[in-house]
Amino acid sequence: MVEAHPFLPNLEDETIERMLKQVKASSVADLFSDIPEGLRLKRKLAIPDGQGEAIVRRELHARLGKNKTPPDQLCFLGGGVYPHYIPAAVDSILSRQEFYTAYTPYQPEISQGMLQALFEYQSMMCDLLGMQVCNSSMYDWSSAAGEAVRMASRVKGRGTVLFAKSIGEGRLEVIKTYAEPMGVKLQPVEFDTKTGGIDLVSLKSKLAAAGGDVAALYLENPNVFGVIEERVDGAIEMVHAAGGLAIVGVNPISLSVLRDPGGYGADVAVGEGQPLGVPMNFGGPHMGIFAVKDIGLARSMPGRLIGMTTTKDGSEKAFCMVLQTREQHIRREAATSNICTNQALLALAAATYMSLLGKNGFKRLGEVNLANSHYAAERIGELHGVRAPLFTGPFFGEFTVGYERRKAPWVFAELAKRGVMGGYPLTQHFTQIGEAGSFCVTEVHSSADIGRLVDALGEVV
Amino acid sequence: MDDAPSQKPRRRFRQAFWDEPLLSEIGRKGRLGFIVPEDPKIKEWAKAKGGQPLVPQALRRSGDTPLPELSELQVLRHFNRLSQMNFSVETGMYPLGSCTMKYNPKVSEAIASSPKMREAHPLQHDSTVQGLLQVFYELSGMLCEITGMKRFALSTAAGAQGEFAGVLMIRKYLRDNGRGDRKEILVADSAHGTNPASAAMAGFEVVKVPSDESGLVKIEAVKAKLTPRTAGMMLTVPNTLGLFEPDVSEISKAVHDAGGMMYYDGANMNALLGKARPGDMGFDVVHLNLHKTFATPHGGGGPGAGPVGASGELEDYLPVPMVEKSGEEYRLDYARPKSIGRLKGFYANSAILLRAYSYIRLLGADGLDNVSSLAVLGANYLLSKLNTQGYSIPVGGGIRRKHEAIVSVRGGHGGAGKIAKALLDYGVHSPTVYFPLTVEEALMIEPTETETIESLDDYAEVLNSLFEKLKAGELEDEPKNTSVGRIDEVKASHPLTLKVKW
Repeated sequence: MVEAHPFLPNLEDETIERMLKQVKASSVADLFSDIPEGLRLKRKLAIPDGQGEAIVRRELHARLGKNKTPPDQLCFLGGGVYPHYIPAAVDSILSRQEFYTAYTPYQPEISQGMLQALFEYQSMMCDLLGMQVCNSSMYDWSSAAGEAVRMASRVKGRGTVLFAKSIGEGRLEVIKTYAEPMGVKLQPVEFDTKTGGIDLVSLKSKLAAAGGDVAALYLENPNVFGVIEERVDGAIEMVHAAGGLAIVGVNPISLSVLRDPGGYGADVAVGEGQPLGVPMNFGGPHMGIFAVKDIGLARSMPGRLIGMTTTKDGSEKAFCMVLQTREQHIRREAATSNICTNQALLALAAATYMSLLGKNGFKRLGEVNLANSHYAAERIGELHGVRAPLFTGPFFGEFTVGYERRKAPWVFAELAKRGVMGGYPLTQHFTQIGEAGSFCVTEVHSSADIGRLVDALGEVV
Repeated sequence: MDDAPSQKPRRRFRQAFWDEPLLSEIGRKGRLGFIVPEDPKIKEWAKAKGGQPLVPQALRRSGDTPLPELSELQVLRHFNRLSQMNFSVETGMYPLGSCTMKYNPKVSEAIASSPKMREAHPLQHDSTVQGLLQVFYELSGMLCEITGMKRFALSTAAGAQGEFAGVLMIRKYLRDNGRGDRKEILVADSAHGTNPASAAMAGFEVVKVPSDESGLVKIEAVKAKLTPRTAGMMLTVPNTLGLFEPDVSEISKAVHDAGGMMYYDGANMNALLGKARPGDMGFDVVHLNLHKTFATPHGGGGPGAGPVGASGELEDYLPVPMVEKSGEEYRLDYARPKSIGRLKGFYANSAILLRAYSYIRLLGADGLDNVSSLAVLGANYLLSKLNTQGYSIPVGGGIRRKHEAIVSVRGGHGGAGKIAKALLDYGVHSPTVYFPLTVEEALMIEPTETETIESLDDYAEVLNSLFEKLKAGELEDEPKNTSVGRIDEVKASHPLTLKVKW
């Protein structure tokens, strides 16, 4: 007599007997008799016995309870994952099982809902970025950047990619992993240690040194220091003059108030969709943005694309996946990427989020993020022993604080002890800026929260 | 209801249809769906600045933000209506082969929705996320036990990324051991498209190994392709035809003897839980799709998670970071000099890992064993119910199918495609069609263990009746009960419309 289980409806002796009889098998073991004897596992797996949901839930809630999160521990961390408020309506839509328990819309007639939502995501994201084509998501910002570097090298037939040194560490590490098998040489472009922006002299010399082999420049705007690149137009002109592509990484929230990458000449825009209604979730799932300015590049890009069409009889508008001949399930080893499963549900979150905030709400959000981060930087700047912001360049949402007397990792750890997470240490990767940490301030932070941060920092620095 | 077992197939489905406009077509000036929080003190502070801009005008966006203007209810209605035009596992049977569309436990969703999960930032100090790191440490151990691997890295975001990591590990290992000149990866012709694509991304040349007429990769076929340039082989067991590869141990040995490494595509692991382990078959590196075997939701296309496991030889090459335990403390370890590096900007798809852990705890050792038993029993049962006049079983000879069954629709002429579309009219999803490429008119059916015997019966009945209709020439312009009728996919590419303007 077997014991019933809520997920296993046929786990019942009589049903199993009936099914075995139908398939002409004497036992369940008989169904596995083709597995060579020596390969059969003859013992029970050494993992704990199953439990009902009440017990598993209680236990996991206790485990998770050890995590320190707001409001007990305030979060002023950014770097590519940002604390933002998620409207309840976003969670409501994301919890629709019709969306979250479906898979890739291989049969479009029965999957129009997800297809239209993804098409709308693509449309809104294109306009926000100033791009012509946006795919329906990548794994995260970093893999999107890695794929962009590969695409640039492929379409240009060139082997060098320049990157601004002022990009996030995670992105750089992933770009290295993605680029290495193609033999792409990655060359850093310095930043101005005063403004925090890209150093055009360094760019010029790197372009010259590569001697016509530059496939692309990758930079982030705002960069890892939170600094808005004031010389981005010049940098992109120089790369274009050398025959390379300009790839720009963005935090989409910044585009509420800042110029879009298409507007200043980017050929490819990548970024992190997480701030658009997706929880931080200790690293994922997040959502990579990948868009191109030129429809020609669309044929070389990775990822799924949704197109608008009609029914065969022409009576209704309809949506389906397009340009699938780029993809692995058709093109196999000649595909533009191996990506299959993506982050569709989170593109839906972003579409919902952007729709809710809308034209005016999104702009307001940007203004509030600007104001809150500048307010915090000013308050921190009043402390002794710090320089805030460290750089003179304009900033959005995030800023860098230099410590005159303390080591950055120590400040980070001491703040954590005081119920504040912030000041992610930058020193290790940017030795030229001295002891410094990064702070992210958004609309979730009140002046009282910022006061708590300033007090804690004051005790530490 | 009378109790006659099978009369005619049930046809009780008409998918919702809303003539739902695009967001760009609705809305009105001045509306919004969310109020951004503003702190009065900071507002005052900004005002006191006397309009001094925080960002130079030249760096600002000119003109309006290109987004719609909708009320909160308008947004909800829009997306709720769209959701009603989307078929899903909780709506009906979704036997998409190789995708393992099983039930996704609600309690795992409830657990993952804890603010203690949602609001954890990936850069926060290890000391502040001990509970979560403990879960990941244990999950890694459980996946090792299930697969027979030495160590698991959890950071890769999906199966394909796991594959990419795995072949990169093989590449780096071979280089470190003086075998860096090996450039060829063997891939079976029946493999998932991601296999050759991943190998190519990692800089390998793909060498196709033909399956024999029974759909199996035979040792002789592998040996014929082994050369001093062989870096390794990627193999799916059971394969995409649902067949366990009986030569797998010999293949592993031959590839190893030739100086290559063995990669296990774990997409079909649902067939083997507690029954057999890739580690025991000689595989050196393994990926698992947590959104398949371990019941995390597919999200309409994603997210998933694709952890990678390694044998002792390849352990040091796993992607970073890894969760380490010292004493009672857990931490993320990036300092692994031989590692292939990072594939994800921040730790992992943690909220997916948490759901997979929850699933394993809900089932336990016996439960997982039952999962594969019933998945395999269900696939074979459904297969046995199909009319062999209509559906041939093209490969495998007398070998039992595992978790999925491939049939070929007799008669050619796009019959598989027509049947797939017609199935949608019965409130069930179609199988994967025209895959694997080695089978003509293929339907690849993976019902999973969470379907009742009644739905298996129903699905078989519908398939059998549809073949009759196909034969009679009655399947031409299906589906008719879905939100929209047959879509013009050619027109979708000519002209291409990938966005609309606001």
